[in-house]
Amino acid sequence: MASDLSITDKVHTAVQSAIKKYGAKDDELIPILTHVNHEIGYLPSQALEELSVLLRTPKSKLFTVASFYEMLSTIPVGKHVIRFCESAPCHVVGGRLVYQALLEHLEVEPGQTTKDGKWTLLTTSCLGICGVGPAFIIDDDVYGNVTASQVPDILAKYQ
Amino acid sequence: MKYYRSHVLVCIDPECLSKGAHDVMDALQDELVAEGLIDEIQVLETSRIGGCIHGPEIMVYPEGVHYTNLTADDIPFLVEEHFLKGRIAQKFLEVETTVADEELRAPKSKEIRIVLRNCGIIDPENIEDYIAEDGYLGLGKALSEMSPSQVIDTVIASGLRGRGGAGFPAAKKWSFVAAKNDPIKYLICNADEGDPGAFMNRRVLEGDPHSVIEGMIIAAYAAGIHQGYIYCRAEYPIAVRTLNLAIKQARAIGFLGKDILGSGFDFDLEVRMGAGAFVCGEETALMASIEGKRGEPRPRPPFPADSGLWGKPTNVNNVETYANVSQIILKGAKWFASMGNEKSKGTKTFAIAGDIKNSGLIEVPFGITLRDVVYDVCGGIKDDKAFKAIQTGGPMGGCLPATYLDLPIDYESLTAAGSMMGSGGLIVMDEDTCMVDIARFFMEFTQDESCGKCTPCRVGTRRILDILENICAGKGKDGDIETLEMLCNEIKVTSLCGLGQGAPTPVESTLKHFRAEYEAHIYEKRCPSKVCKALIRYDILPDVCTGCTVCARNCPVNAISGERRQAHLIDPDICVRCGICMQVCNFNAIEIR
Repeated sequence: MASDLSITDKVHTAVQSAIKKYGAKDDELIPILTHVNHEIGYLPSQALEELSVLLRTPKSKLFTVASFYEMLSTIPVGKHVIRFCESAPCHVVGGRLVYQALLEHLEVEPGQTTKDGKWTLLTTSCLGICGVGPAFIIDDDVYGNVTASQVPDILAKYQ
Repeated sequence: MKYYRSHVLVCIDPECLSKGAHDVMDALQDELVAEGLIDEIQVLETSRIGGCIHGPEIMVYPEGVHYTNLTADDIPFLVEEHFLKGRIAQKFLEVETTVADEELRAPKSKEIRIVLRNCGIIDPENIEDYIAEDGYLGLGKALSEMSPSQVIDTVIASGLRGRGGAGFPAAKKWSFVAAKNDPIKYLICNADEGDPGAFMNRRVLEGDPHSVIEGMIIAAYAAGIHQGYIYCRAEYPIAVRTLNLAIKQARAIGFLGKDILGSGFDFDLEVRMGAGAFVCGEETALMASIEGKRGEPRPRPPFPADSGLWGKPTNVNNVETYANVSQIILKGAKWFASMGNEKSKGTKTFAIAGDIKNSGLIEVPFGITLRDVVYDVCGGIKDDKAFKAIQTGGPMGGCLPATYLDLPIDYESLTAAGSMMGSGGLIVMDEDTCMVDIARFFMEFTQDESCGKCTPCRVGTRRILDILENICAGKGKDGDIETLEMLCNEIKVTSLCGLGQGAPTPVESTLKHFRAEYEAHIYEKRCPSKVCKALIRYDILPDVCTGCTVCARNCPVNAISGERRQAHLIDPDICVRCGICMQVCNFNAIEIR
């Protein structure tokens, strides 16, 4: 129970700090949700409930926004999130093979989290670093010119 | 005013100071006085001439010589060599650590850089660098010498068209908003650059943010707007940070805020960040997103100029459009209109990627041919393979074959060829690319990014994707091509916004130019480019194979059998076509059929 309590507190704190930073205005909804998502890793139901009261907006409306944008997640994610660039410039320079290597190495399905909760493998639209494709981001670190054989070494850097 | 034959700039950034930049400067002054040169040579303080790693450092003009790693003791020698004997003191010359800029190379002769003029040259985090390159001079001219309608007339005369892709005359939009009497109007910069492979705007925002801000202030002045937003995508965190810093600096100097440059005109700016939705680049979806809603497009009319952000008259332009404005004001409409061809004036930035030797950013005048871009500006195809196709206009653009290489790049020509200008992504494909796979790939993208609001786009793109996936998987059947053509046409005509209307273009254009490849997939169950896994098989050439067993040991599904020192064999029923055997074979004994 102790850990549950601390998660509840963490969500509450994240919601409060977001409101403090952007104000309780619903046109600031996206920055607010982005802030909470960044703090917690995703948007738990509790966060949407608290925001619903504070912003005087139905939770359903908050959910439609939260589920629309790719950078926001309504389900828990792993400790590290890989966002693989799936756009054409990376595709034509061999992105397919790198993605395949990620899937095989992590033993996950696209968009899923590994059983140990360590990794979530997502795809992202173009990161704009096409000069160094294939590319992906792990958390906030960018990796470019990646080959399939480098994948295990890159992943090994993360604990 | 006093004239000097030479100017010496001494870097006085904290790091150089800590290494004794002031001592160097004092020694320089003393030595110049001692040699009687102080009336000929001026010593000035500056910042950031190098990276301060090799400080203290100085720059000597007009020669533009950069000396690094100096101490006060070196100064007498330096003054004697450089200023008395007129020789460059090689010993202190900057060590050329050419940082290879993968994105932006030195301009080729056929390039003209206007939008990218300052990128990689000035320090984007220092407004004074921008001001030194005539920054905010255009704003000063507009505010002090021109009326709003004169600004509009000048920009209309220049022929500047929207660089976001549609190509609508920029200042015409401003005039629509200017005509509205509403006290609250908004100006938006669309920096939601989402087209895969297109990163021109990111580079401008990160490398020269003030050019965009200045353009926005001038446009706001022309249209009588006092509040602006830059909507930047969440995938570009550095651009957001640079923009916020630039806005802060511009506000501190008085280029933003109340009574700009004493003209009585007020304008302020805010950055809004997206959260990862491609469709938000569509202007009505973008405005919904700024309002804190789902970024779904709505039908137009009403156009933003009538009812935009929060129902108010709104002007939306792209990053590159704004970045052109101050130069037009400064150098005049004629200068701008002298570049380009009949209907498309000025230059266009492109991000070129794929199988090309020099990928990255280029800026070329309109009217240049695709051939010049591929073979001259970008150095040709990687590994000197054959050119197969170039895709222009992003995921909703079309693929053009080699027969179109002499097509001039402008809005009308590209549209007539069945593609489009788009925002400026160019993807070059060589002979090893399967066009059906490429069409499938783009469809996967648009299908995924479809917001789901209108049925043709939501269901239609799914149907096209299903068919293409079947064709690539070797399950294509007679009639598929006709069904695709019918679907493409209906989606194009009935979708709500640009995303749906453009979604079928990659399929349409590949069907038009590469129909034989579709037919080979469907009727012969063969992928001519050897890409589609279900239609290829890996084989070991028995004459070349040495039986080293490397392939068998690396095969993830144990599809390879054979004794040591005997030719091996791949069982096509077990093989998953991963290609690992081909990668690990040291004797090139594996081929794709």
